[in-house]
Amino acid sequence: MYKLLLCLRYLRTRWIALASIVSVMLGVATMIVVNSVMAGFAREMEDRIHGVLADLSFQARDFNGAPDADWHMEQIRRIAGDYIEGMTPVVVVPGMLNFRVGGNWMTQQVEIVGIEEQSHSLVSDYARYLQHPENRRQFAWSLRDGGYDVYDHQAGSEAPARPQMNEAGWSHRRYVAEREMFEERLRRNRTPQAFAPSSLGQQAPAAAPATESAAMAAPAEVGEPRRSETPEPNESAAAPRDFAADAGGTSAGTAGANAGESASPPPAADPFLNRADPFAPYNAASAPMESSFDPRQHQHTGAVLGMAMASFRGRDGADRFIMLPGDDVKLTFPTVGMPPKILSDEFTVVDLYESKMSEYDSRFVFVPIRKLQELRGMIDPTTGVGMFNSIQIKLKPGVDGNMVRDLLAAQFPEELFIVATWRDKQGALLAAVQMETAILNVLLFLIIAVAGFGILAIFFMIVFEKTRDIGILKSLGAHGRGVMGIFLSYGLSLGAVGSGVGMVMGLLFVRYINEIADLLGRITGRKVFDPSIYYFYSIPAIVEPATVAWIVGGAMLIAVAASVAPALQAARLHPVEALRYE
Amino acid sequence: MTLLETSGRRAMHSGLTPEKLLLSARGIRKSYRKGPAEVPVLRGVDLQVYQGELLAIIGQSGSGKSTLLHVLGTLDAPDEGEIHFDGQRIDRMAPLLQDSFRNQRLGMIFQFYHLLPELTTLENVLAPLMIRDSVWRYWRNRRRYRAEAERLLEMVGLGHRLKHRPRELSGGEMQRAAIARALIARPELLLADEPTGNLDRNTGGEIMRLLRSLNEHENLTIVMVTHDQSIAAAADRIVRLADGRIAA
Repeated sequence: MYKLLLCLRYLRTRWIALASIVSVMLGVATMIVVNSVMAGFAREMEDRIHGVLADLSFQARDFNGAPDADWHMEQIRRIAGDYIEGMTPVVVVPGMLNFRVGGNWMTQQVEIVGIEEQSHSLVSDYARYLQHPENRRQFAWSLRDGGYDVYDHQAGSEAPARPQMNEAGWSHRRYVAEREMFEERLRRNRTPQAFAPSSLGQQAPAAAPATESAAMAAPAEVGEPRRSETPEPNESAAAPRDFAADAGGTSAGTAGANAGESASPPPAADPFLNRADPFAPYNAASAPMESSFDPRQHQHTGAVLGMAMASFRGRDGADRFIMLPGDDVKLTFPTVGMPPKILSDEFTVVDLYESKMSEYDSRFVFVPIRKLQELRGMIDPTTGVGMFNSIQIKLKPGVDGNMVRDLLAAQFPEELFIVATWRDKQGALLAAVQMETAILNVLLFLIIAVAGFGILAIFFMIVFEKTRDIGILKSLGAHGRGVMGIFLSYGLSLGAVGSGVGMVMGLLFVRYINEIADLLGRITGRKVFDPSIYYFYSIPAIVEPATVAWIVGGAMLIAVAASVAPALQAARLHPVEALRYE
Repeated sequence: MTLLETSGRRAMHSGLTPEKLLLSARGIRKSYRKGPAEVPVLRGVDLQVYQGELLAIIGQSGSGKSTLLHVLGTLDAPDEGEIHFDGQRIDRMAPLLQDSFRNQRLGMIFQFYHLLPELTTLENVLAPLMIRDSVWRYWRNRRRYRAEAERLLEMVGLGHRLKHRPRELSGGEMQRAAIARALIARPELLLADEPTGNLDRNTGGEIMRLLRSLNEHENLTIVMVTHDQSIAAAADRIVRLADGRIAA
C-alpha cells in the first residue's frame, strides 16, 4: 500500500522525473506516426500492386506464348481447382503507342495487354480503376456517350476536379471528327485570299510562308466558338483521297505549326484545353478513310490506356489530359513468327485506367485479347485456338499463394512456365519498404532507449535524495523488495504516463496528418506532401493496434528496465547508514 | 480505546507478579571498520529489559548507545552475541522476518523524528499499517485504521494537525507524530533514540511526560537512550553505557 502512495506522491512532487519522460513521449509519438505512415504507404502500394496483378500468374517463358489457354486452364483446375476462384488468359506484348498531341505524333513505349473483359475483372481489380462508372460495373470495349468521372473516384474530396473529362466520350469523338472534316473541306477549297486578313496571321513571323501561317491561324480563329459551330455533313469526306498529297500537306502544316507555336504567344490561358483546335485537323489525313468508316458514328477496337499516358499532373496537383476517351491511337507491336514482323493498328480509347501505381499507369494498354491474338497471328487458322502469354489466377480467400504456386510449379515443365505470386513479382519493392520500416523502427527505438538512460540518471538522483526516507521505511519494517517496488512502480508509472501521452499525441498527429502537412506547407512555403510527385492526394496512414501496443509496451518496458538498477540500489541500502544520512 | 484496555498489565509493573523478561542481550560486540583499523563500538554488552519497564540507557556521545539500540532493533547485526525477544532469538533471523518483527512488535522513535516528508501527519502515522497490509486488506480496513490513527494523534495532542506535512510542524509536534506512528501497530517494545535530543528543555519534558504516561497507562515497555541525566531521571531503571560496556 505504501508503495502505491509513495509512488504517487513522488510522481506528484518530482516534476524533474516527468521531464525525463518527455523523450519517451516524443519517441512513442514519432514511432506511431512513422509506423502508421509507412504502413499506409505499404498498404496503398500493396493494394495497387495486388489490384493490378492477380494472386498468382502462370506465365509462359516464351515471349510468343504458349498455345491453348483453355487446355492449360483445365489442367490448372485439375491440379489446384479447390483453391482457385477464377482464371483468365492474357496476352502481353511490348509495343509502341502512337497518338497525336497538338498535331504532332507522339510515341510511347508501352506494354500491350490483351485481356478477356469479363473474366479479367473477376481476377484482378482492373475494372475498379476505370474512369466510367458503368465500365466499373460492367466493362465493355465500346466508347460511352459521356459521363466519365470528373472527380477521381478513388480519391477523397481533396483531389482537384478533371474538367476535361466532361467532354470525354462520343461527344469528344464527334467533335474531333467534325473538326477533321471541316479542315478537310477547307483544304479542298483552299483559296489563300479567304484567309489572308487575319489578326493572328499578322503576328506570325515573317519567315513563315504567308499561306501556312494563315492556314495555321484560321482554325484557331474558327475554333473560338467551339460548340456553337454547326457542322454540315460532308459527303466528300467519305470519298477516296490522294494520300501522298495529304501526307505532304501534313508535314508542311506541322512545320508551320511548330514555327508559329514557338513564336506567337499562347492563345488561351490553358493551351491544352483547346489543344485539339489549332493543329489536330492537319493530321486528319492519316486516319484511315475506309468508305464505311465514319469516325462520328464508328469506333475502332477499344483500348484502355493508363492514366499516366493520357495525362500529366501539374504542380498544383490537377491533372491535364493530352488524350481523352474518344481519341484514336495507334498501337505497334511485333507479330509471332520467325522473323517477327512489325504490325500497326488503330484503336479507340474507350476508358482510362488509373491504378495509381505509376509503373503500371504509364505502361499498360489494355486491348481485347481476341483482337490482339488475331493481329499477332496467335490463332491457329485450322482450329481457331489462340495462344496466351500468361494465365492470371485468383485464389479463394485465405488460400496460401505460395502453396498453390509450388503445387503448380511442380506439375508444369519449369523450362516452359513460370508460376509466381504477386508478391514474388514485386518482392524487391515490398522488401525495400519493409526494410525501411525496420531500420526506422530501430533508430526510433534507440531514441526511447536514450530516454531510458535519462530515467536511469534521474532515478539514481531520486534514490540518493530519498536515502533517509528509505532508511525510515526500513526501520518501520518495509522489506527491501517493497522499497524496490516503490521505484519500479514509479518507473512504470512514468513510462505509462510518457507512452500514454505519446500515444495520444501520435494518434492525433496521424489523425490530422494532412492538416498538419498543409499547415507546415503554409508556414515553410514548401509543400510537405506534393501531390504532383505522389499518386495519392493525401498522406495515407494506417494505425495498426498491434504496432501501437508493441510501441507502448516497449517504451514502458524500457522505463521499468531503466529503474531496475536504482531500485536495486535502494533496496540494498543499509537502514542504519540510510538513517544516519543527512 | 483498545490500547488503554490493555492497561491490566500494569499489575506486573506494580510488582504483584514476577517481572517477565522481554528482551535480553548477551555479549553483544560490534565494531566498525574505518579504513584498515577496526573501531570497536560495543565490547560485550549484556542487557535485560523487563516487560512494562521504562529503561534508560545513558552514555556519552560516541559511547555506542545508538548502535546498541539499532542492534536491539534488528536494524544492525551484532558481530558477536545473542539477542532474544520474548524467548526468540532475533539477531540471526532471516531479513524478511526481521522486517516483519520490526513492523509488528517494535516501535521506534528517533532524535530527528524521521517522518516521511511527502506524507501528511495522518499518513505518516498510518505508514506501518500500510507496510504491514496488502493493498486489498488495507483498503478494507482503512476506516478502522484511520480512526485508530486519529485517536492516537488526539492522544499525543495533534488532533488538529492531521493534514499537515511534517515540515509544517514544530519539533515537538513532529516527535509526537513519530510516537503516534510508533504506536499504531501496537508494539510490545518502544525503542527511543534520544527522543528529546533535538528539543528544548520544555518540549523535551513534555515528550518525556508523554512516554512516561504511555508506559504507565498502556503498560508499554520502553527502552530509551540519552545522554541527558535529567531526562533519564524519569525512567524506572537507568543503565550506563561506557566504553562499549554496561557500567553498572
